[in-house]
Amino acid sequence: MKPSHRAPTLALLPAGLITFVCFYLFIAWTFAISLTSSQLLPSWDFVGLLQYERLFASARWWTAMGNMALYGILFITGCLAVGYLLAILIDRGVRAEGVYRTIFMLPLSMSFVVTGIIWQWMLNPGLGIQQAVRGLGWEEFAFNWLVRADRSIYTVVLAGIWQQSGLCMALFLAGLRGVDPNIWKAAKVDGIPIWRVYASIITPMLRPVFFTAAILLFSLVVKSFDLVVALTGGGPGFSSDLPARFVMEHILNRQELGLGAAGACMMLATIAAVVGPYLYAEIRQKKGG
Amino acid sequence: MRRLPLYLMLSIAALMVLFPLLVMLSTSLKPLDEINHGSLFALPQDPTLAAWTKAWGGACISGTCRGLSVWFANSFAIVLPALFCSLALGALTGYALSLRTARWVDMLFAALLIGLFIPPQVTLYPMIVLVREMGLFGTLGGLVFAHTVWGLAFVTLLFRNFFLSVPRDLLKAARIDGAGFLATFWHVMLPLSLPVCAVALVLQFTYIWNDFILGLTFAGPGQQPVTVALNVLAGSQFGQQEYNVNMAATMIAALPTILVYLLSGRLFVRGIAAGAVKG
Repeated sequence: MKPSHRAPTLALLPAGLITFVCFYLFIAWTFAISLTSSQLLPSWDFVGLLQYERLFASARWWTAMGNMALYGILFITGCLAVGYLLAILIDRGVRAEGVYRTIFMLPLSMSFVVTGIIWQWMLNPGLGIQQAVRGLGWEEFAFNWLVRADRSIYTVVLAGIWQQSGLCMALFLAGLRGVDPNIWKAAKVDGIPIWRVYASIITPMLRPVFFTAAILLFSLVVKSFDLVVALTGGGPGFSSDLPARFVMEHILNRQELGLGAAGACMMLATIAAVVGPYLYAEIRQKKGG
Repeated sequence: MRRLPLYLMLSIAALMVLFPLLVMLSTSLKPLDEINHGSLFALPQDPTLAAWTKAWGGACISGTCRGLSVWFANSFAIVLPALFCSLALGALTGYALSLRTARWVDMLFAALLIGLFIPPQVTLYPMIVLVREMGLFGTLGGLVFAHTVWGLAFVTLLFRNFFLSVPRDLLKAARIDGAGFLATFWHVMLPLSLPVCAVALVLQFTYIWNDFILGLTFAGPGQQPVTVALNVLAGSQFGQQEYNVNMAATMIAALPTILVYLLSGRLFVRGIAAGAVKG
């Protein structure tokens, strides 16, 4: 090693150690534990894939996975659509643009717990929106998703979109600002309507931004824990449970470490299946360019 | 007036974003009686700060009836050292990575970056074991360590990408003047990176303050952050709830990050964009 490389190498020691131990060694540890019969404490009694068999036989796990799929699709589509629309509106050149931008991104600065509690209050059927709308004279009005097992996951979607649309707006706005103004001039000369320019020219140009935003939102979906805990508590019953909450509960409260670890590994596999190809493409592109 | 629909749509969207916050504020200013017999949409007839006073100083959480103020202070006690540690380590690591002295340095960066995508649930339990082995479980130090580890990838990414953009000639000049690795970092690079420091500060403050899962897991009893206490206070769906107190408490817990966001303006946006668009 060159002497001038000694100090930087030394400086990378803590971060290298953390990366190796706290990221990768810990993943290996969790995977190993998922192959054991561990309950309250880790034990190294290997039982093969038994925990995975138990996991796949658990109705609650599949509810959680189904919820994650539903939540993921609706939340990501919703955030992208709302965020893109808001970005386009702002990019049309409005006065007091900063005020709108600040308002749209305000929920991003708040914690998921706060968001969950606000929406729980508003969606509470007895005193919330449902009751208030009935009070306006519309007696039949029903908006009781929070307490309906077949609807509760949609409340999580609603609150999630409310909180994260601003993130998409910021990303799309940055993308729109990067569009070559000559495109707009050319379209104007040719008399192409504005919506056509967005639909056929701008949107395809922004494809990388869509990808980045979707990947970012996807990783939020898999990690989602706080929001569902604060908003529905996973209920009614386990109807709005998510894998992250399933894993946390089995590891910390139910003394089912092995089963929880198996669930955690499935979460990681889900992330890897989606983010892996994205990162791979990203790295290849970088090397090529 | 062709722009009218544009402003109309933007205003409706803005109202929809602000509506839950206005409801929260209005609820927190009503007496309980008015909440139980009035409409969610109605403005407070006779605004009172009683719920705020109780939420701050008198509400009972986990057996202590001293309000949210205790947990609010806990959050600050966690955030300040965690911010310092994660920024210090992230800046130094980012600088060392930006020198790209060897192939493995870039590989370390890639390995670190992938860490951004690991769900905390996967590494949480082994982390508990490690922190316990270090004798730090249930202490402030353990929680600060956990925050430093989980924030490392993001902060390092911010700093590394910034330092890469610094002209190499500047580093050469510093070396010719006899500055070593640390001296260059301290006297040349760190002062240059103040804008990035500000971005990292704002975002890490927001992330750490808003954290729930690490506080829930690593904090000792009575030392949990305000998010955990808030969830205990308002999260229960059963029993007689004092909704005005809950809403006041929620606002109190949200206020620091909202203030930081409003005061920091574009820094927040820049950080989010930098975190999203990897270098």
